[in-house]
Amino acid sequence: MTEDSKFHHGDTNAQEPIIRMIDIQKHFGSVIALAGVSFDLKPGECHCLLGDNGAGKSTFIKTMSGVHKPTAGEIIFEDKPMHFEDPRDAIEAGIATVHQHLAMIPLMSVSRNFFMGNEPTRKVAGINFFDKKLADEITMEEMRKMGINLRGPDQAVGTLSGGERQTVAIARAVHFGAKILILDEPTSALGVRQTSNVLATIDKVRSQGVGVVFISHNVRHALAVGDRFTVLNRGQTLGTAKRGEISPEELQDLMAGGQELAELEGSLGGTV
Amino acid sequence: MAESAQSAVGGDERIKEISPLRRALIRPELGGMVGTVAVFTFFLLFAFDSGMFTSQGVMNWSVVSAQFMIIAVGACLLMIAGEFDLSVGSMIGFAGMMIAIFSVTLSWPVWMAIIVTFALCVSIGAVNGYIVVRTGLPSFIVTLAFLFILRGFTIYLPQTIERKTIIGGIRDVAEGDWLASIFGGKVGQGFFVWLGDNGLIETFERGTRQGQPVVDGIPMLLIWALAIIIFGHVLLTKTKFGNWIFASGGDAEAARNSGVPVNRVKILMFMFTAFCATVFATCQVMEFGSAGADRGLLKEFEAIIAVVIGGALLTGGYGSVLGAALGALIFGVVQQGLFFAGVESSLFRVFLGVILLGAVILNTYIRRIITGER
Repeated sequence: MTEDSKFHHGDTNAQEPIIRMIDIQKHFGSVIALAGVSFDLKPGECHCLLGDNGAGKSTFIKTMSGVHKPTAGEIIFEDKPMHFEDPRDAIEAGIATVHQHLAMIPLMSVSRNFFMGNEPTRKVAGINFFDKKLADEITMEEMRKMGINLRGPDQAVGTLSGGERQTVAIARAVHFGAKILILDEPTSALGVRQTSNVLATIDKVRSQGVGVVFISHNVRHALAVGDRFTVLNRGQTLGTAKRGEISPEELQDLMAGGQELAELEGSLGGTV
Repeated sequence: MAESAQSAVGGDERIKEISPLRRALIRPELGGMVGTVAVFTFFLLFAFDSGMFTSQGVMNWSVVSAQFMIIAVGACLLMIAGEFDLSVGSMIGFAGMMIAIFSVTLSWPVWMAIIVTFALCVSIGAVNGYIVVRTGLPSFIVTLAFLFILRGFTIYLPQTIERKTIIGGIRDVAEGDWLASIFGGKVGQGFFVWLGDNGLIETFERGTRQGQPVVDGIPMLLIWALAIIIFGHVLLTKTKFGNWIFASGGDAEAARNSGVPVNRVKILMFMFTAFCATVFATCQVMEFGSAGADRGLLKEFEAIIAVVIGGALLTGGYGSVLGAALGALIFGVVQQGLFFAGVESSLFRVFLGVILLGAVILNTYIRRIITGER
């Protein structure tokens, strides 16, 4: 990791999507998990992916992060077609996923966690040593930017709240050059205050030019930060709406009632 | 940095100021430090006249402690990486026996016997590690199997080849061997003669060695112990790899997600543990001049106890090499101290059990403080 690749501000045409997923299909044997989903993300944008359980959200983001290969469809990343062989490829390209169950180790200090797998080194007498001083400084700086006041870089991650851990994970992904940040239900297990911390973090990350994919089934959380909203249902897109174009009630209906309504519609013979 | 830490404390009213005591408590070495002070105070008070603190006495418990330290450092790093090795004791017996068979029975040069033994034992360590990471079985079971496999060979091989379970005569073949002297020799003889001449340490008063110091040099075993402790400590706390060791033991899945080569780390730590056991065995063989099939019995547990006294968590991800070294020191001082004090040696085991239990309870408490669990 070189110094100059730390941040990728959206200095190119901000209206040009960094990633376009076109008509993605994913079949697991006879099960059709995704039946043609299209989605795009611009730099500095927070695009919310909403849907009920089993709607295909997880499968879809796993396709984006290189875990699954799509059965059909195209992924255009920075104007080039991409074929991710495994998650490493996606991470190297700048697609970082922050999972619900975080890649954080409670017993280790924040700064050791922050640089886990990407430790800065300093050569002393020909031997590469872990540059703890630099790591501590960067960690404190990044945490302060995100609005987390650490007691010190040696504070163990175990003492942080769930929301703060999410924030550390997000800050880490951004620091190591993520252009796209996929947040898989980051607020689902959090309290009100912690949720607002995470939402504030998303806002800060977005202003640095990183594109955020925010997966949630909480409409209020999504509306608080989202620029665009895509609703998935039974492996299909129910449509994408811009901020201000859709009311919370409509979004809620689309998510919760979409399937039910469709069935009702069928059985009532088009009278609804 | 100090300033920013200060302002951080002021910045969030919910972060309670932690007391220096609590802050000291989360240092893994704390238990080892307190224990060391306690043990020395005890023996200085009750066994000062027993000869324990004469130069010979000091050398006696230093050597015993150094033996524990060598295997404790290996066990410590492995435990922090989240695994156990129960085959350490058998490995010690096996390595010693291999050196004896190669050098005495097969008449190889001793340096070659030592190098081949190291290669063999470290490879067995790698096999241990490979099986653990590939199968995902608990290392407890895999290395328990190797405990029996290696001990079995250690008894079977000399019995079949030499019709006995102890192979001697190593001192004769090792005479003048450059590599053997790195494990069995002594350093600083001149310094000790000087100390003796100036009356700073005891000298022999009668006999053929009259005037010579009772302790005539520092055994290489001590140098090895010191070198391994320094290496282990620097590796763990000052390098990138050290961070990977903590990460692998703390949460292997999370570490993998962050790009840490967990399997490689674990296998390397198994190899390092085997290396430490082989160093122990080689020093012992060179000191005794023989290899016995029962050498190293129960050493794996003694190493683990020293590591736990030193503050490492049995579940991995937390611990300290310095702590483990202090644990080994406590171990050695108490074992030899009770002997000097004339206490029935079986009581040592009672002490061991009690201190182990105390250490584990303390460590669990410390873990709660660190992770903020209730």
